[in-house]
Parts: sequence; C-alpha cells; structure tokens
Amino acid sequence: MKRRLLSLLALCAGALSAAPAIAADSKEVNVYSYRQAFLVKPLFDAFTRETGIKVNVVFAPKGLVKRLQAEGKNSPADMVFTVDIARLNEVVEAGLAQPVISDALAAAVPAEYRHPQGLWYGLTLRARVIYASKARVTPGEISSYEQLADPKWRGRICTRKGDHAYNIALLAAMIGHHGEAKAEEWLRGVKANLARKPQGNDRAQVKAIMEGVCDVAIGNHYYMALMLTDPKQKAWGESANIVFPTIGGTGTHMNLSGAMLTKHAPNRANAVRLMEFLVGKQAQGIYAAKNFEYPIDPSVKPAPLVASWGTYKRDTLPLQTVATKRSDALKMMNRVGFNEGPVTN
Amino acid sequence: MTSLSTSSSAPARRSRRHSVDVWTAGAVFVAVIVALPVLTVFWLALFPTENIWPHLIDTVLPGYVRTTLELMAGVAVGTIAIGVGTAWLVTMCDFPGRRILEWALVLPLAMPAYVVAYVYTDILEYAGPVQQSLRALFGWTTARDYWFPEIRSLGGAIVVMTMALYPYVYLLARSAFLEQANGVVEAARTLGCSPLAAFRRVSIPMARPSIVVGVALVMMETLNDFGTIDYFSVQTLTAGIFNVWLVMNNTGGGAQIAVVMLVFVVGLMVAERMARKRRGYHNTTLRYREAQPYRLSPFRGTGAFLLCLLPVAVGFLIPAGLLVSYAIDNYQISMTNNFPRAALNSLVLSSIAAAAAVTVGLFLAYAVRLRKSSALRNLARFASLGYAVPGAVLAIGILTPFGLFDNAVDAFLRRTFGFGTGLILSGTIAAVLFAYVVRFLALAYGTLEAGLGRVTPHIEDAARTLRHGPAKALVRVNLPIIRGSLLTAAILIFVDSMKELPATLLLRPFNYDTLATYVYQFASDELLEECALGAVTIVAAGVIPVILLTRVMGRRTPERDLPIP
Repeated sequence: MKRRLLSLLALCAGALSAAPAIAADSKEVNVYSYRQAFLVKPLFDAFTRETGIKVNVVFAPKGLVKRLQAEGKNSPADMVFTVDIARLNEVVEAGLAQPVISDALAAAVPAEYRHPQGLWYGLTLRARVIYASKARVTPGEISSYEQLADPKWRGRICTRKGDHAYNIALLAAMIGHHGEAKAEEWLRGVKANLARKPQGNDRAQVKAIMEGVCDVAIGNHYYMALMLTDPKQKAWGESANIVFPTIGGTGTHMNLSGAMLTKHAPNRANAVRLMEFLVGKQAQGIYAAKNFEYPIDPSVKPAPLVASWGTYKRDTLPLQTVATKRSDALKMMNRVGFNEGPVTN
Repeated sequence: MTSLSTSSSAPARRSRRHSVDVWTAGAVFVAVIVALPVLTVFWLALFPTENIWPHLIDTVLPGYVRTTLELMAGVAVGTIAIGVGTAWLVTMCDFPGRRILEWALVLPLAMPAYVVAYVYTDILEYAGPVQQSLRALFGWTTARDYWFPEIRSLGGAIVVMTMALYPYVYLLARSAFLEQANGVVEAARTLGCSPLAAFRRVSIPMARPSIVVGVALVMMETLNDFGTIDYFSVQTLTAGIFNVWLVMNNTGGGAQIAVVMLVFVVGLMVAERMARKRRGYHNTTLRYREAQPYRLSPFRGTGAFLLCLLPVAVGFLIPAGLLVSYAIDNYQISMTNNFPRAALNSLVLSSIAAAAAVTVGLFLAYAVRLRKSSALRNLARFASLGYAVPGAVLAIGILTPFGLFDNAVDAFLRRTFGFGTGLILSGTIAAVLFAYVVRFLALAYGTLEAGLGRVTPHIEDAARTLRHGPAKALVRVNLPIIRGSLLTAAILIFVDSMKELPATLLLRPFNYDTLATYVYQFASDELLEECALGAVTIVAAGVIPVILLTRVMGRRTPERDLPIP
C-alpha cells in the first residue's frame, strides 16, 4: 500500500517537472477555457506562429473557477476564457481576476463590452435570435421576444431547456427590462405556447421547425450559419428565416464571449499579449469566418453569410444586470416549471 | 503479520494483538484518504451561500425526487431482469451460441451511456431512418400526422441506461453462479427441484450478495450520470445539483443535494442488508465439478438464444455498427495528430487506475474480513461512496483538499527554506488517477467483498494451520479462489476509466486529452459523426479486455487454481 502511494508521489514529481514553467520571461501562457479546444485552437495556433509563445489549454465545461480558487496563489493559470457574462462575473466576484489596462484592448472593445476597471474584456458577440418557419410564419409576423407569449403561438414554439445558460441569460435580461412580475407572466405565456417539452440544442430546434413540430424557435445565430454551411444540415437551416427580435423595445439580446487575466497570473505579460491578439484584426477575422460569431471590434466585418442577414439593433441593458439577475431567472424557471413543457399543472 | 491460529474465534482474537496495527491502521488510513473527496462534499454542504431548500421544495424538488426514483426503479428492474436472467441462461443451460453470448453479453459495458443515448436519438428521432421509413410507408408528411414514442424522455433514459448498465449485474451474477459449487444445484435437483426451482431457491439466494452489489453499482451509476439525463431532458436530482451550483453560483447548496443523494444510497444499502440479515452465503466445499448444464430443447434453445441476443444487439451491435460507419465516413476529420496521443493517455491512465483501485479495494476488503470489524466495514463502504457522486462534484471534492495540501506545503517550504514547490498534486495526472480510484473503488471493493464472502472462512483457518500469515493466506489461498472477481473488478474499472469524463475534464493537466475528453468536445456540440472515431476506439479498447475477461473466467473451476493439494 505504502509503496503504491510512494509510487504515486513519484509520479506526481515526474508530472511536476513537465508542468508549465513559471517564470517571468517564459515563452508560455496558460489558459483555462470554457470553450472547446477545437473552437479556440486556430486562434491560439495563429498567436503562437506570430509570437512564438506557446498556449497551454485546459478545457472544461464546468468548475474551472473552482479549480482556480482551490489552486490559490500557486495556480498556473494566466487567463480564463469563457462564454456568458455570468462566468466572467463569477471570477470577478471570487476575487480571482486582475485588471488589464491596455490601449489596444480599449481601442478594439466598445465600452459596454468590457469591465469598467478592465477585469474582463469581450471577444465576440452572439445574438439570441428567433428562427421562424419559412412556410408557416410570414416575415414580420414576429419581431420581439415579448410576442412569444402571445396566445397566437399556442403549440408552435420550440426551445432548449429553460435552465440552459442561454435561456437563463435571456430571461435575466427580460427581468432586467420588465421586472420580476412582468417577466414571470411572459415566461408562463411562452411555456403555455410550447409545442413540446424543452429539449435538445439550438440546432435541434431548427430541425423541429423543418419537421413541422413547431413554427418558431429560440436559438443562437451562429448555429444557423453552421447548419447552412454543412451539406447534411443545409435543408434544416433553409426551412427557417432568422429574425432579430427586440427586447424591451431596444434590440436583440446578445451573449458575450470574453477573457480575463487571473489574479496570480505567472505569465502576465504573455497573457496580456494574447488578449490583445484576440481582439486584433486577424483573430477577430478568424472568429468571424470559422465560428460565425460577431467580432467585438465594430470595424471587423462578420462573415458574408452572417452579414447577409442584415443589420439590427442590440439590447442596451448593461451586461452586469444580466449577470446579477441569473439566480432570480433560474428560480423563476423552476417556479414556472418551464422544463415540464406545455402541460399545465 | 505472521500470527498463527488454528481456528477462527479465540486464537484469532489473541493474534490481533500482534497485527491489529498493520491491517486495521492501514485500512483506516487508506479508507480516510479515499473518502476525502466525499468528506469534502459534506464539508462544502455546511456553507451554502443561500438556503435553497424552501425554494426547491416549493418548486422543482418533488419532481426531481419523483423522476429520480422512477429512473432508479426502472433501471433496477431492467438490469436485474436482463443481467440475472441472461447470466443464468448462459451459465446453467446449454443452447446453440451460448459460448459466444457468454462474452458478448458484456460488450455493452464498453459503450458510454451518453453515446448510446446520442445514437438512439439519431436513429429514432423524427429525421432518423426509422420514422423516415414509417412516413414513406404510410404516407404521413409531418410529425403531427402520427404518434411515435419520444426517445428523449424518462422512458428513453430508462431503456438506454438499462442497456448500458445491465452488464454489471450480468458479470457479478455470472461470476457468482460460476463460483457456486455445482454440487449445490445438483443436490437441489436430486431433491426434486426443477431447474427453474433450483434457480429460484438455490442459485439466486446464494448469488444474492453479488447481485445486490451489481445492482448497487448500477444505482450509483444511475445517480451520478449527467450526460444521458441532460441529453434526454430528464430532471433528476443531479440536474438540480448543477443548477444550484452553476447557475445560482451556490456550491454549498449543490453539495447539499449531493449529500441528500448519498444519504439515499446509504439508506438503500442498509435496507438491503437488514433484509438479508446474517445469513451466510458461502460454499461449504472446495470440491467443484464441471457443471452439467441443463440442455435445452431446440425450440427453447432458440428462444434462449434470442433472449440473450436482444440486449447485445440493442446495447452494442446497433450503436457500434452505426458509430463504425460514421467513423469511416469522417476518418479524415477525426484523425488528427492528437488522437493517438489521447488513445495512449487513456490506455495508460485506465490501466494504472485499474491496478491501483483493485489493490486498494482488495486491501480494504481483506482487512475487513480479517478483523471482522463492522466499524471498519462501514468505513470502507463509506470510502466507496465516491461512485454515487456526479463526476464534476467529485472533482471539486478533490480540488479543494489537494489545493489546501499543495499550498500548505508550498507555504511551509517558503517559510522554512526560502523556496516553494508550487502545486505538487493539483493539475497533474496524479489528481486524475486519484479521482479514478476514488470513483471506482466501489467497483473493486464491492466485487471483492462479495467474492471473498463466498469463500468459506474455514479456508483461512486451514491456511493458517499451514503457518501462513494473513498476507500469505490472502496471496496463496484467497486470491486464486477469487481470481474471477479480481479480474472482473480490474476490467470494470479499466473500462469505466476509459469512459470517465467529468472528473477528467476538470482535473487534467494542460494540453492533456483522453479519448473521452477528445470525444466530448465534439459530442457536447452533438457532432456525433465527428466524435465517432474516438467513441469507437473507447469501445474497442473496452471490448478487448472484456473478451479476455470472459475467456479467463471461462468455465474454469477454482479447484484447478488452488495451490494446495
């Protein structure tokens, strides 16, 4: 037994020597990423080609903030890379972020998409849109999220689960605009209009429109682009139009992907360089071309396909509000029993 | 370690004075280390940022509990029926194809449940081939024209999880049936029992501890699963844990739900043991004889063959076939430079994890057997609870103590010697391996405790008369007898480690992929075709040892392995 433990310890010592170097002039930067490796790899590869700095990545869909917290001041992580404002906010609230003041970042990222003290910066934007059946919904028939609660859509709406981060954020924005009572009334209306129990990812909702299960669905814009460029899924995408709805009369609800410097970053200079690279023209172009996301830098054009859907206004509600209303949004989802689907109980 | 005793009672107590320290202290030490993550979850549960219970009880909790219970009941019934039924058929009966089915029935074990879920959704959903054919056949045009069972439902989850998990019950039931002295069954037959009555009145009761271990494992797997239930939108307590933890940002609250689930598991186990009371389940003789399987008539034989083929087809052949065809189509996309590296990482990690967990499990099970201490037994069982905790939660339970330890060592060295070590364990392969041992100890401990339980205690007394100490008795006498259980445990852990995802994701070092994490980055986007190659490799790597296992277990009788004449 003891020998087993000793050999484990020896193994750790071996692993330690292979662990990323912690030195001021290192040629590495360590990233904790909530985004999948295959999505971010082209960006990091481009960065390494340009600077010679190696990017080490751990991707995990949940718990990286906890890991950062547990590792404390010895954590090797320099940067947290994530989608959803709430996660960025979580790191800030845990006191694990440090401010970055950089002219390049300030120039590329509009003020509403970065933290006032530079604790996080947005990298891309994703619109939460409405997919509307080409066959069964006339253009202009729906133009706001609020209309989804209209009884005329009874039995015609599909969406993924209510407690998914994207839907939580949308509901949080709804609470931010209209207050708890109105938002809950809206959510009950949407629930009553569902065609089926909330399920699947955003692509699955478009598929359901093609199948005739429902007529309108809520989803992120880039899934539509991904489907239209995939030969096997093209037919799904072609069955629906994209609608950029308004919320509270302002514009479309946006979801942010962003990055932040950790409090104890051992390779601080490299991390700042990587952040600056990610908002640069080249990286923003990769984001636009490969992932069909909207560049955070307004001077970089989205992919032609995405641009062909036209321009629209964006929601002006501060992202901070979306982050802080999240817990309330989940409780509302639970209260309304959104995931149970259209059945009334 | 070299105590002598001639019978089990009084002299054993005397010998304890000499060896109590090594076995008991060692077992306590190991059990506490392994229990650390679960203890951490209990600790975290003490500090919620907000009391979530009033809200949960008012809203989703009743639904979560009901769904969890229904899921568990459904999967329990399904796995017992399939696992025990097929194990008995292939062990006690003779029919065409039996030799192949013997090992083929284990194959679904190699399939990650969430992959099975993806595959069947692909096949059975509206756009899938089944409904397409139906529409073509009957002229329906939209989903509103007809009714078809929804695969993404509680029922779907029960079927998928039953198919993915019944091999646990099958393996344990079969090894119990094999280790049963056939003489017992034959004695029952000569006393006038029909084969079925012998099954019901002798085989099943004697195999009960093993079957219970199998079902307990299945129940814990069911509770810790998140991939399948999330995909099928089934709202269980596990879904509640993640909502409270991640969306409400309330780690303590999430931990509280996890603790409630653990209490529930423990309750189930205690209830079963109370029901079983103090009955002994071991064979009284070492005289094994080659079984005389009951030869079935051609009609019944065909029926038995089809019955056993069904779970293999549904749980393995169909999903594996589809994955292989996807893998061939998408070979170019999937076969990147990282793929062979990930495959190697998986093989090495899983092998070490299997060896380590079996060693720890055997040590604990044997220490418990030697000391006959119920306190020690309960401690060991507590240490096995890591299996019932969702992987991501368990990972938090590991991150926290490891972080504390690493930073304390670092701070101490800095203070005393002026240099630091940084993180020693956190973010290394050691953390991942530790997670596997914690997670899968239940497989090792449960299987080996049941295996040892079927060895008559007299055998150690006999070994001791030959001046074997407990350690030597274990190696020379017990191990050969429970060899099947040992291999079963090792292979279960190997295969499960290959599939392990959530803890690996969160604990792994930088730039480190296993097959499961490699598959996941595509699977999480429901890019089933891109992840097929990785999934097929996980399955293939699991299939080889599974076949090996059944070959070695084969119809070998323990007698041949006994080193004593």
